[in-house]
Amino acid sequence: MGCVEALNYEILIRDASFKECREYIRGHFSESIDVEPGFKIFDVHTIGVPPIAVGLDGDFVIFPYTKPCHGTFLLRVQDAEEAARLRALKKGLK
Amino acid sequence: MESDTTVQPPKTALLVLGCPQVPVQTSIALYLVSRFKKAGITPIIAGNKAANTLLVVADPDRHYLGEVMDLDRAVAQIMEKKRDFDRCFVFIHNDAGISYAATMSAISKAKLYVLVYGEHQEDLVQQITFPCTKIAAKAVHNPLPLKKAIDEVAPWAA
Repeated sequence: MGCVEALNYEILIRDASFKECREYIRGHFSESIDVEPGFKIFDVHTIGVPPIAVGLDGDFVIFPYTKPCHGTFLLRVQDAEEAARLRALKKGLK
Repeated sequence: MESDTTVQPPKTALLVLGCPQVPVQTSIALYLVSRFKKAGITPIIAGNKAANTLLVVADPDRHYLGEVMDLDRAVAQIMEKKRDFDRCFVFIHNDAGISYAATMSAISKAKLYVLVYGEHQEDLVQQITFPCTKIAAKAVHNPLPLKKAIDEVAPWAA
């Protein structure tokens, strides 16, 4: 099981709802991919109501991270490899 | 004619705890654990550290509690197909609770029940569109309205 603390992340929004995070990603990033709950990003299983939007911005991956007591955070992490993996997955889905 | 003597493993119920800031959660979790055990169903608790610790400290001799696990670990085990459960009960009093319930609905084969409570329970119930049995009551400090709603459904007998 992965831990988000191991990632060098930036918090874009905090204590948000899953819907707010989805709308933020679709409204602020031209590139995104929809994933199902449980989908692994880095080493973290995503939690949320499907479809869960994940943003891509160059080498950055923007994804929601939910904690029971603090709602959903929208995190931005720079990782070229993970961004490339998600882009390849998106291509495969088309 | 041979009789079927296959022994079935005991049924399991996963209780997914939310943030413990609303007092009724801990009380109702212990109540459900007791009812499931009496019905021959093995209850497993999954929560964050604070929610789990509230239960473990209240039951030091483990008269009620059995297995207690980290919530993220439970999600990982289901995703990795290492484990699943027959029933799943998700405690919901905020948006994060809905996210966890939707996740369980998507990843687990368990029959899903949602327990919706707290000040905003009516709004939260309306946001739940995935298939599940909804049990809801405006309960914050007093667990009895939620207990009554649970008793009417009697999920241990289903």
